[in-house]
Amino acid sequence: MFAVTAFAVLIALGIALARAFMGPTVFDRILAVNSVGTKTVLLIAVLGFLTGRPDFLDIAIVYALINFIGVVAVLKYVKYGDVAHSGTSEDG
Amino acid sequence: MIITLIDIALLTFMGATAIAILRLRSLFAVVMLSGIYSLLAASMFVVLDAVDVAFTEAAVGAGISTVLMIAVLALTGERERTPSHTPLLPMVVVVLTGAALIYATFDMPAFGDANAPVNLHVAPRYLNESFAEVGLPNVVTSVLASYRGYDTLGEVTVIFTAAVAVMLLIGGRKGDDAGIKKEPADDTEPDDDGGTA
Repeated sequence: MFAVTAFAVLIALGIALARAFMGPTVFDRILAVNSVGTKTVLLIAVLGFLTGRPDFLDIAIVYALINFIGVVAVLKYVKYGDVAHSGTSEDG
Repeated sequence: MIITLIDIALLTFMGATAIAILRLRSLFAVVMLSGIYSLLAASMFVVLDAVDVAFTEAAVGAGISTVLMIAVLALTGERERTPSHTPLLPMVVVVLTGAALIYATFDMPAFGDANAPVNLHVAPRYLNESFAEVGLPNVVTSVLASYRGYDTLGEVTVIFTAAVAVMLLIGGRKGDDAGIKKEPADDTEPDDDGGTA
């Protein structure tokens, strides 16, 4: 059951990777990175249950937070051409 | 068996990402792909049971490095110039170095070998007596915070010094126009805001 889920997540990871490789526009790649990050979170969660140790779930949550911060920085760069732009806040 | 298949799939993805990074000329896409590579490496570390290493890899490799690289891209151009030299000599050097390193791994004990030196010296004492001696349920925390406390203190001092230096270098330039000026590259279009830091 968990093995099937893990392989489904891996296949989705591969599809997102293909979009990141080909992606003609910037936004294709940003979205691909974001979905690869999401699939990583899912993969870690599934791996925790697959190996019988669901203690790694908090790690998966931290990954989701890191993914979010990275995408925010990238989008700020794309929109303003500068990470330190004070469009929303000081930190990038 | 299942874990082995996941290993193979993740390593394949990492290899494909590395090749794509080599072949792309758009540096923005390269930064994106290196973030993906870091996330895949973090997954690999989780599969290998090195959860703390995976945590560091995700925070530093996928998080901070991507932000830093994007900040660098804001100061420079987005296109990589086509190299003028042939990559033959670097290729030979890298292949020879890699072959020497792989040859060196033959002397290492097998992965997870119970008789490896790393599992015989102090590891049994840490595993058996750290709870009685330190009182923390996590052995890694006991080793980092107690058995190697001075080492961790030194690391924290180094990181603190680095953070202070970075804050002095970057934070003191507020309102200063003498930022890093963008060098006009021949194949990049100029930014709209002059590219000051």
